[in-house]
Amino acid sequence: MNAIHPNRPPGAPERTEDAAGIDIVGLTKRYLTPKNETFTAIRDVTLRVEPGQFCAIVGPTGCGKSTTLAQVSGLERPSAGSVRVHDQLVDGITNGVSYMFQADALFPWKTVLGNVLIGPVLLGTPKKEATLLARDWLRRVGLAGFEDRYPHQLSGGMRKRVAMAAALINNPRILLMDEPFGALDVQTKAIMQNELLALWEELRPSVLFITHDLDEAVALADKVVIMTSSPGTIKDVFDIDLPRPRGDVQKIRHEERFLELQGQIWESLKDEVTRAYKQSAGVAA
Amino acid sequence: MQEQEKAQASELKVSARRAMNRRTMWVWAGRAILAFVVIGGWQWFTTEGWVDKFFFGQPTEIWNSLVKLFTEGTAFGTIWENLWVTMQEAIYGFLLGTLVGVVLGILLGSNKYLSEVVGPYIRIVNSIPRIVLGSIFIVAFGLGVFPKVLLAAVLVFFVVFFNAFQGVREVDQNLVGNVRVLGASPLQVAIHVTIPSAMTWIIASLHTAFGFAIIGALVAEVLGAQQGIGLIISQAQGTFDPNTVFACMVIIAVITLGAEYLIALLEHTLLKWRPPNRSEAQAI
Repeated sequence: MNAIHPNRPPGAPERTEDAAGIDIVGLTKRYLTPKNETFTAIRDVTLRVEPGQFCAIVGPTGCGKSTTLAQVSGLERPSAGSVRVHDQLVDGITNGVSYMFQADALFPWKTVLGNVLIGPVLLGTPKKEATLLARDWLRRVGLAGFEDRYPHQLSGGMRKRVAMAAALINNPRILLMDEPFGALDVQTKAIMQNELLALWEELRPSVLFITHDLDEAVALADKVVIMTSSPGTIKDVFDIDLPRPRGDVQKIRHEERFLELQGQIWESLKDEVTRAYKQSAGVAA
Repeated sequence: MQEQEKAQASELKVSARRAMNRRTMWVWAGRAILAFVVIGGWQWFTTEGWVDKFFFGQPTEIWNSLVKLFTEGTAFGTIWENLWVTMQEAIYGFLLGTLVGVVLGILLGSNKYLSEVVGPYIRIVNSIPRIVLGSIFIVAFGLGVFPKVLLAAVLVFFVVFFNAFQGVREVDQNLVGNVRVLGASPLQVAIHVTIPSAMTWIIASLHTAFGFAIIGALVAEVLGAQQGIGLIISQAQGTFDPNTVFACMVIIAVITLGAEYLIALLEHTLLKWRPPNRSEAQAI
């Protein structure tokens, strides 16, 4: 296995197993609003992500996609139902998970190198090894030579690369991505998608990828899950049978099968988007 | 073609530099004029007798007092000895107040239960005029350096405390979530996220805090002391000598500006990760 994954962090033996499957069963999350009313963010979500599978969740704004991720990571507790990762019930922070947010969750006071090596350092890797590992990862995302910069000195795309290196350096079994490329311009987004796919092919973690962008979902994922508008439930699941490796996400968009799948999924998503829009418009009125 | 472009570029640079120099010159000219008008006006009004220099002093007399303070000293030893005493009180008070403020601020900021229990009392103590505590400290601890340090520390504490507290509250929850997912313990969250993030707020408060330390030391000295600038001030007040009071103010102002500069240096080193500040207020 080490031959395939030469960059597994040393000193973290529990991480050396394969990517973990995610089993979500009957997951419901309710919040108490400030007005003391209950708000159901997601209801009865059941979903399985196979080990090493790339699963995209698409749905209208505010349908509880991020809530689902928070339950998987263990940052929040479900109100009902359960999440199992690698056949273990999630109870507290899930082991071997990395998170990537839409807003780049980089430490503004740490250099690029410091931001990347925080992962192994928190696992107890000696600083020296962590530094070597972090330098290697920065090289892999094309940021060699930028080690001593601070995040505010980088462009949006470069910050995303730092975040990506920081998320992948621990070789997570599960990668949770919450609209990671949402704030990028179209060209940068395409570049980042290609880079993500290349790194994913290499490490093969299970991925839960939230996006608004249907094209992005179809181009990247093995499985696209459509969620309904609030309260979020799963409406449809589509298997994307486009061959791997996908290659250039810009080119794949023009393939016939891609367009066919995209059309099918849009049919399903359209109603939800319209309904969510009406809901929010009704609230505003 | 290229030659021409180069020539244009260098011309642009030269004219930009010239415009900049001109601007700097005008700013300094404006400052000089303002100082001249205020100090000169003061001198003029008091010489003409429109304003009584017995009460309000006179720039030339203040200068004479300054010279006298530094050459002849005071009834309580040389000016340097007195200045040293005041500085010691202010600096120890500043350090003590900052330390306690930062520790308590971070503690209460990150522990909801503690902050709910202690919070109201801190607000009550904050709302009383703390300067009065100086009298109590002097009665309790005598005329030495300690009660002055204490008063300075109390004044500093609240400024630093509220900033540290707020700084902890403003921590980006995404960052916290991120390191928690990566497996950080609560202590590691504090070291890697909470404290560095609160640092911006804490350091911003240090500028004001040092001013408060000086005020605390001076007021406590006015209330009762054996040495110090505050004692010189209260003595001068007793002998109807506004010029010496003003002279002491000048000395303290110079010291405070120096301390300000040192704190700015510290800020620069600790917060070098921050993007360059674009706000104009920073320039003042």
